[in-house]
Amino acid sequence: MTATEPRVEQPAAPQGHLLELENVNAYYGNIRALRGVSLYVDKGEVVTLIGSNGAGKSTTLRTISGVLKPRTGQVRLDGLRIDALPAHEIVKLGVAQAPEGRRIFSRMSVYENLLMGAFSRRGEKLDDDIARVFDLFPRLLERRTQQAGTMSGGEQQMLAMGRALMARPSILLLDEPSMGLSPILTEQIFDIITEINGQGTTVLLVEQNALMALNVAHRGYVLQTGKIILTDTAANLAANEQVRQAYLGEI
Amino acid sequence: MRLRLPERLSFVDLILWGLRVAIVVFVLVGSYATLSQGVLGFDGWRTLLIVGVAQGSIYALIALGYTLVYGVLFMINFAHGEVFMAGVFTAFFAATALADSGILNGNPLFGLAIIFAVSMVTSMVVAVILERVAYRPLRRAPRLVPLITAIGASLFLQYTFRSLYGSGVRSYPTIEILTGTFDIAGVPIQKTQVVVIVSAILLMVGLYFFVQRTRTGRAMRAVSEDKDVAAMMGINVDRVISTTFAIGGLLAGAAGILYVFLFNSVSFSMGFLPGIKAFTAAVLGGIGNIVGAMLGGLFLGVLESIGPFLFLDGLGVPSTNQLRDVVAFTLLVLVLIFRPYGILGRKE
Repeated sequence: MTATEPRVEQPAAPQGHLLELENVNAYYGNIRALRGVSLYVDKGEVVTLIGSNGAGKSTTLRTISGVLKPRTGQVRLDGLRIDALPAHEIVKLGVAQAPEGRRIFSRMSVYENLLMGAFSRRGEKLDDDIARVFDLFPRLLERRTQQAGTMSGGEQQMLAMGRALMARPSILLLDEPSMGLSPILTEQIFDIITEINGQGTTVLLVEQNALMALNVAHRGYVLQTGKIILTDTAANLAANEQVRQAYLGEI
Repeated sequence: MRLRLPERLSFVDLILWGLRVAIVVFVLVGSYATLSQGVLGFDGWRTLLIVGVAQGSIYALIALGYTLVYGVLFMINFAHGEVFMAGVFTAFFAATALADSGILNGNPLFGLAIIFAVSMVTSMVVAVILERVAYRPLRRAPRLVPLITAIGASLFLQYTFRSLYGSGVRSYPTIEILTGTFDIAGVPIQKTQVVVIVSAILLMVGLYFFVQRTRTGRAMRAVSEDKDVAAMMGINVDRVISTTFAIGGLLAGAAGILYVFLFNSVSFSMGFLPGIKAFTAAVLGGIGNIVGAMLGGLFLGVLESIGPFLFLDGLGVPSTNQLRDVVAFTLLVLVLIFRPYGILGRKE
């Protein structure tokens, strides 16, 4: 790309958050999907966004990635406003997403999908990153040349996460990584999330499976009809009566 | 495998089955009648085949423009025939100038290179502007809207070029290096036909590798699968769409020059029929499928060349070569009825 391109290595202000949403309102046509959402994620954290279907969890991630533009409010990365940038610029600044429903490129091979994940890093060496992804997900190495759409749901989820990691994000957005997976696979995916975080990647995790999500996260936010109604440490949220009743399946 | 009839054949099913049987019988009877009369020897059929392949490879090049655009935007760019016309019509003036100054026949490779360049670049520029002005503002509109716009753009381009270059039919200057025949394995073949077929194959192979192997090609495939996710990967979707129109334009511009190698004349309305034929070829191969467009083009060209004579002559139909368009569009209708997703297309 051009020389004027803004690059990631801008030290955050001492108190600054890595990612911050301030009073974000987003709409689908006339339907207000996010109502004044404010949240932050600090470097090194796993933060989870829980809530029921249609609460606005995916909308929040779409807004951060720039696929949906907020009507009012700010999204800041390292103190820099990104809410007016097009989606393809935002990933260059270090925000990568594994979207809901995986949405891998089904007519491309596994390897090509990984290359697409690193599209924003033009001209860089990718061998280490590919090795890292295959290390995290050995199944993908076996299926390297297979057409991605022919893989199982779990493998596609691994690919979606691996593809996002190929961008070397400073923050990884994961949208419902456990959707449609067996309990065993779900557990595996969550282990890997912890591992990725241990390697230094900040994670913002959207989940319907609140129990598992609160298990791996440091902090959490509860979304209801487009509004954040509660935020606390993951442990406190898991212990919270209201949360237990609404999202952990205890009646 | 056991043949299982549906439990109840609806009235429409019956008609469709009747149509299938009628077509097969018609083709078989017609072909048998023609072949048994033996009017055309082996050499004759071979000539028809070569004519068909040459014509078909031009259809294929134009069809790629339809299919590439459909692949990324899910719209039919009905102005693509005019993109084709714009290049070759503009290059006509370059060709005449080169011929008048003696360069075209003095240094033919250089002259041809310039003619190709003028045609390809003009078509490319027209295609890119067309996308930018007429289609991009409608990206989020209902699908019918860009379709109607495309038809409007087609007429706009035709009559713009008519005002620019006049309404007459013009003849390209003779390119001496391309007159006469090559002997290939003892078979004399028109030089123009050889050049058309070889150039088209080179362009198609080039395109295939471009789409499969290059970074931009991968970006095009990503955009055609999922625009939002492509953007999340860092792909500038608008730029990729522009590039797609540009490539379609380059191919159409080249196809235009190959077209005049065979047919020699240009006019403002010359894009219409090849455009519709190439669209047929793209649908036949499976719209959105690159290899499909290539095969569809070749198949249509050959069928159009051999079909009328093979199916109709034996049945006593006079001047069958005038019925090539009938055969081509009958094929379009049949494809739309029986296999709307084409030879290689996916069922949606």
